[in-house]
Amino acid sequence: MKLAQRDAVLLEETMGLAEIRGRSLWADARGRFIRNKAAVAGLVVLVLVALFAFFGQVLAQYEPQHVDFSLMGANAWRGVPSLETGHYFGVDSDGRDLFARTVQGTRISLLVGIVGALVAVVVGTLYGAVAGYVGGRTDQVMMRTVDILMSIPFMFVLILMLVIFGRSIFMLFLGIGLISWLDMSRIARGQTLSIKNKEFVEAAVATGVRPFTIILRHVVPNLAGIVIVYSTLLVPQMIIFESFISYLGLGVQEPMTSLGALINQGASQMNNGTLWMMGFPLFFFLITLFAFFFVGDGLRDALDPKDR
Amino acid sequence: MYVYILRRLAVAIPTILLLVIFSFALMYSAPGGPFNSERPLPAQVMANIEAKYGLDRPVMVQMADYVWGVVTRFDFGPSFQYTDRTVNDVIAQGFPVTLTYGFWSAVVAVIVGVSLGIAAALRHNSWLDYLAVGVTIGAQALPNFVMAPILVLLFTLWLGWLPGGGWAGGIVVNACDPRDSLCWSAFGGAIRLDYVIMPVIALSTSYMASIARITRSSMLEVMNSNFIRTARAKGLPMRRVIWRHALKPTLLPVISYLGPAFVGMITGSVVVDIAFSTGGIGQFFVNSAFNRDYSVIMGITILVGMLTIGFNLLVDILYAWIDPKIRY
Repeated sequence: MKLAQRDAVLLEETMGLAEIRGRSLWADARGRFIRNKAAVAGLVVLVLVALFAFFGQVLAQYEPQHVDFSLMGANAWRGVPSLETGHYFGVDSDGRDLFARTVQGTRISLLVGIVGALVAVVVGTLYGAVAGYVGGRTDQVMMRTVDILMSIPFMFVLILMLVIFGRSIFMLFLGIGLISWLDMSRIARGQTLSIKNKEFVEAAVATGVRPFTIILRHVVPNLAGIVIVYSTLLVPQMIIFESFISYLGLGVQEPMTSLGALINQGASQMNNGTLWMMGFPLFFFLITLFAFFFVGDGLRDALDPKDR
Repeated sequence: MYVYILRRLAVAIPTILLLVIFSFALMYSAPGGPFNSERPLPAQVMANIEAKYGLDRPVMVQMADYVWGVVTRFDFGPSFQYTDRTVNDVIAQGFPVTLTYGFWSAVVAVIVGVSLGIAAALRHNSWLDYLAVGVTIGAQALPNFVMAPILVLLFTLWLGWLPGGGWAGGIVVNACDPRDSLCWSAFGGAIRLDYVIMPVIALSTSYMASIARITRSSMLEVMNSNFIRTARAKGLPMRRVIWRHALKPTLLPVISYLGPAFVGMITGSVVVDIAFSTGGIGQFFVNSAFNRDYSVIMGITILVGMLTIGFNLLVDILYAWIDPKIRY
């Protein structure tokens, strides 16, 4: 009798415990991510950079396109970064406020990176999942196509396209969208191949769910972890890609700007002792890239624990 | 093996053809012809120019002619902007320069990267390992167009050790002045060492870092494998274990990375050419992009595409040859 009572108490305690909520996969991952100091620091930096890019305009004393003619030719000594004149980061070689221009450039660079990663996530994941799930000849043809596309030096083709159809931000987005999904589709396919043989997919097939619905409902959600990790690592690649083209002067066009274009303009003024023109855009470029790399690494450790 | 090579060739050759046709179609669909300018030319003049470049023929004939010329004679046609030179002239002028520092960059990236990776793996969790990992992460966020201006700032403007750009005769000079200790003979021409250093550093660093990272993780895995334990257990000295047993399997992933690295280096050479005014092929490429000199851009794109596809083919064959486990 006494024993049964104790059992009842125990049972109650266990029930109580069960209500404390089990730890989900995502909660585990969050815990691992938060313990990773570099990753958290990266995330904080990213939030700050994003705030700077999207709300920095409020702090700027000048419009990014405002040309201060009185500074032209004299910006080496009168356009220096200072709080008094309101040019916090100084002016560029045309007498435009570098703070406002850096805000604008960071915004464009972030946008390009995020759009490229989004295209990769949507197109690449679906493409890879379909190829992996359907398999057979379809898979062969689809992945061979990816192989062929990957063996083409896309930077050159994209520049050819930019020259022929005119340099515009739309073409840039299109070009980045065209290549960004290739890697992702390979990763998604590889992962799908192992998911395909799991019991829950078998169960879905047995209950007569259509293949495409299985891909969307059962395969794609299980790709989420790896897709998140690789899209985080893809964003800096896309930023580098865009900055590369803008550095050559073939990317975004004036009056728009991006970090690559600003670095290029700053580098061309290096001889004149106006190092801030290169320094500030370079600083934002580097911290953004580092932050993305650290966050991506942290996410990989958090979501893909077998990799450690 | 031969079947495998043939099968890869069967994919590579149509890819190149596709690239040529695609580039041609792109150029043909360009709004406005290559000779449209602000002021419209008289109809007769226009017709004469078009006849000279063969633009008055049907599209299919033009395309077939172009593809035939590229494939059989390696002839990329005339430049549309400069009447006195052909695309082949441009390539002949710029390509040796790009090849020179591209070659040295590849050598530096592989040798330094592999040594650093192996050293880091052998001294796992020592200061050397941490240094290697740190360098790897740092170089990842320092693409070549960031490296280039920083190098110029450091070595040219502040230290004044190296010339900031130009090629100083470079490949054009055929023989070295014997008194010139910085001059090297290479590729049947001569190069001045001090002009090559910064382009090579700018181009090779990020690939060196990637190779170091790949080598390190590969070496760590290999050193923990059973056959290495056996080799050590039978009393082989460490040096022999590394050279005879560990090196080959360690280098396999490095070899498969060489394909993408090559593509990246060829792309990166554009930035190096611009940043250091080397007069390499990338500089012509970007200048032509600004001049809308379609035939030059197209020619260089196709050339680079051919090189890339060819090199990838080579790497795949090499890989299949070295790794007996590969299925082909």
